[in-house]
Amino acid sequence: MRLRVRFAKVGKIRFTSHRDVNRIWERALRRAGVPVAYSQGFTPRPRIAFGLALPTGYESDAEYLDIDLDDTEGASVTLAALPQTLTGATPTGMTVLAVARIDRAEPSLQQSVTSCTWGIDVGGIDAATVSAAATRALAADEIVVTRERKGRMVTDDIRPQLVSLDVSEPTADGVRLTAELGTQPRAVRPAELLAAFDPSPCELRVRRLHQWIRVESERREPLEAPLSATGRAVPAALAMNAKDHRDDRPTGRRCESLPPGQLASRKIRQIQPQFIGS
Amino acid sequence: MTNLWPRLELLLPRVSKPARYIGGEDGMQAPVHGPGVVSWLLTYPDTYEIGLPNQGLQILYEILNERDDAAAERCYAPWVDLEALIRAERLPLFSLDTHRPASLFDVLAFNLSAELTYTNVLNCIDLAGVPVRSADRAEADPLIAAGGHCTYNPEPLADYLDFVVLGDGEEVVGEITDVLGRWKATDKREGGRLDVLKELAGVAGVYVPALYDVSYEGARIVDVSPRYRGVPATVEKRTISDLAEWPYPKNQLVPLTEVVHDRLNVEVFRGCTRGCRFCQAGMITRPVRERPAEQVRTMVSDGLRRTGYDEVALTSLSTADFSGIEQVVADTVTDAGCGQVSVALPSLRVDAFTVGIAAQIQRARRTGLTFAPEAGTWRMRQVINKLISEEDLYEAVEGAYSQGWRRVKLYFLTGLPTETDEDTLGIAELARNCVALGSSHQRSPSVTVSVGGFVPKPFTPFQWFGQNTTIELKRKIGLLRDDLRRARGVQLKWHDPEATLVEGLASRGDRRLGPVIEYVWRRGGTFQEWSEHFDHDLWMEAMAACGLDADWYAHRHRSVNEVLPWDHLSAGLHTDFLWQDWRDALDEVGLEDCRWTPCYDCGACTGYGIEHVVASATPPAGASQGTGAVRSNREAAAVKLTPRRRVGAPVGAGAS
Repeated sequence: MRLRVRFAKVGKIRFTSHRDVNRIWERALRRAGVPVAYSQGFTPRPRIAFGLALPTGYESDAEYLDIDLDDTEGASVTLAALPQTLTGATPTGMTVLAVARIDRAEPSLQQSVTSCTWGIDVGGIDAATVSAAATRALAADEIVVTRERKGRMVTDDIRPQLVSLDVSEPTADGVRLTAELGTQPRAVRPAELLAAFDPSPCELRVRRLHQWIRVESERREPLEAPLSATGRAVPAALAMNAKDHRDDRPTGRRCESLPPGQLASRKIRQIQPQFIGS
Repeated sequence: MTNLWPRLELLLPRVSKPARYIGGEDGMQAPVHGPGVVSWLLTYPDTYEIGLPNQGLQILYEILNERDDAAAERCYAPWVDLEALIRAERLPLFSLDTHRPASLFDVLAFNLSAELTYTNVLNCIDLAGVPVRSADRAEADPLIAAGGHCTYNPEPLADYLDFVVLGDGEEVVGEITDVLGRWKATDKREGGRLDVLKELAGVAGVYVPALYDVSYEGARIVDVSPRYRGVPATVEKRTISDLAEWPYPKNQLVPLTEVVHDRLNVEVFRGCTRGCRFCQAGMITRPVRERPAEQVRTMVSDGLRRTGYDEVALTSLSTADFSGIEQVVADTVTDAGCGQVSVALPSLRVDAFTVGIAAQIQRARRTGLTFAPEAGTWRMRQVINKLISEEDLYEAVEGAYSQGWRRVKLYFLTGLPTETDEDTLGIAELARNCVALGSSHQRSPSVTVSVGGFVPKPFTPFQWFGQNTTIELKRKIGLLRDDLRRARGVQLKWHDPEATLVEGLASRGDRRLGPVIEYVWRRGGTFQEWSEHFDHDLWMEAMAACGLDADWYAHRHRSVNEVLPWDHLSAGLHTDFLWQDWRDALDEVGLEDCRWTPCYDCGACTGYGIEHVVASATPPAGASQGTGAVRSNREAAAVKLTPRRRVGAPVGAGAS
């Protein structure tokens, strides 16, 4: 049996990486006692698959993972109780929004997701300027971005991936944009879109609101999560259970644009006493 | 502002590995600060991924937070990118738990596990907004403290630390909290900082460097003595007598991001009396105190269930020596409640018995197995009292290859006392023989040889030995490289001899080394444990600027009469025991493990009225090193053991 889980990742935990989230889920599933199927072979791994990686530092209301359950023990899992159990087994900032059984024949999340909707808070710029820049971006025939890939600079036209763009609402320290960005053949990041703006606004806080798949030309979410009144995807049944992130809202904002540090490090290892391992 | 998070979160998108700074791990405590609460910031002076797994820090974190009158939070050294940003933003060092500024704590307590982190200690004090030298601190500044193995010679940091704790911290942190609580109750007015430090000096195990005068005659120390009446002339280490009373950590922290040793860790015993003469840990943590097997089992299964880990390490200085280790391992592997669990046994002996256990726990993933023979010849191993015969090693290695392991890793030290080129080349010989043994079982067996330069440590029999020079260590590594150039299947790795020299300076340095550490720190020399940051030339420049001679500190043999910088501190070990052991080393005479044989009166038990807590009165099966268990096929390399200075009746194997 295969389960699809939709979860939110907000607050401090947004600074964990995709790999970190993978490890967090492996432990959470063991803690929750979910009978996950394991791969065969020399190093059995739990059979779980994540969708598109969420860039470190971005929040999300629409993260997904698919879990294969053990053929024999999997039958005894009560689906209705799982969201609450899994939320309890994951760290503060992660909330399971929905769990459903899916057909094993369904294509993987990685293959089927075609676009994502992002809420992008920007600052250091007024609403009118952002609106004008957004209009220009939508009117452009091409939006060329340059990025580093495996040590070489490559240029891409991301205009075909810009599905929609709205300057939705002013925020305490800037403006909120809502953008739908394509993910095929590669996922365009909100930061790339902002870099293509002229003038380029400063990215304050970014949240993935939806991931979209196409089923017979119809756009839908891999798993619906009932929307709350604020538009945040928090199901009523889970509102009590959702871990509180209110103390974690951003306050005073400043704008600077340094690239993330990329300091690779190797540690001088002290000679250790004997140990066993690889 | 007592919560720096709103300002920090704006900086984190611009640093590498931001998850290092967010806290929020499972197992995080909820410390509550208040007027009657003594607050501790337990700080590991290296990155989060190195510091988080530290068990000592986690144990004290829980013990302190269990008290109503104490609150403990954690702190790790920010990486250079975040450091630059918080300095530019004028933000101070902060705790991970509530992102509280470090200067708001009553105590900043550092874990000192490695000498090369000393510059990071100064950097953290400075980032906290506290003057780095204790003499410059104001009444209201936090007290700067340190614990951990390096505190057995804290003298290089004597001018920077307000107090230092020797030995096990479980009991003494409470006693210190009591003293500070009384002081805090008077708004830190009554008596003042000096009086509080004097009171702390009266707590057994607490050393206050500023209360001692060091006098010199030329370069040599002639005396270290208390400056005030009532301050002890010798500071004795603390030892908890029974590990069963301290089942900590009860809620091991589960990091949200990748760290070293990312698994459940359960300490199965503390202390080791194998008596390896180069090993400081084995000397200063005596006696052996085993945790009852039943408690180990409970801590393992509760811990796995709580954390969701699928790997547990049974930790100690030599885990195969734990009484009934086979049963504990078997129980863990088959505990149905824990699912598929793999067990890691760090610090294993080198023998076939060990490989048997390893085979039991590593049913899958047989990629590499690690042993530490430490020296290349039997003669050399007798000198260091690491009594592994070649048969032991070959049986272990053959066992490993025949049971499916493809790679064997061997750890060695070079620069040991009396080492000859024959001993050094013995390392290459062993490695080649191991590959040859493996080729009858594996298509391409591989042996990785890891060579570290030996650094003599305080409170070991080798504390009088002059460490090899960088040139000599490089020459020896060169010998091995040449000899192994054509050896198939052998990879040679080595520790940077220049880093070994700097470790040696700090390891046996005195108070005059302080300005050297400060000089290096002031010129940006942090994270010296990291190869891309280590700066040998800066250290040598600092030594010259301070008028000190690296030769004199590191490469000089000491005599028995010399006053050593740490002579006013005590790990319980009698100096005559250590000196006799040093003489025995030079005579190539081994010494048995006293846990199963009569007492040598090293002082670690008798001095403190404690004794071994060992469940089994006999050595574990298959063990030969240092136990006197000589098997018939081993006559050729029979262990030369000399019973000596046995005191009284055999120490009972006090089962707990």
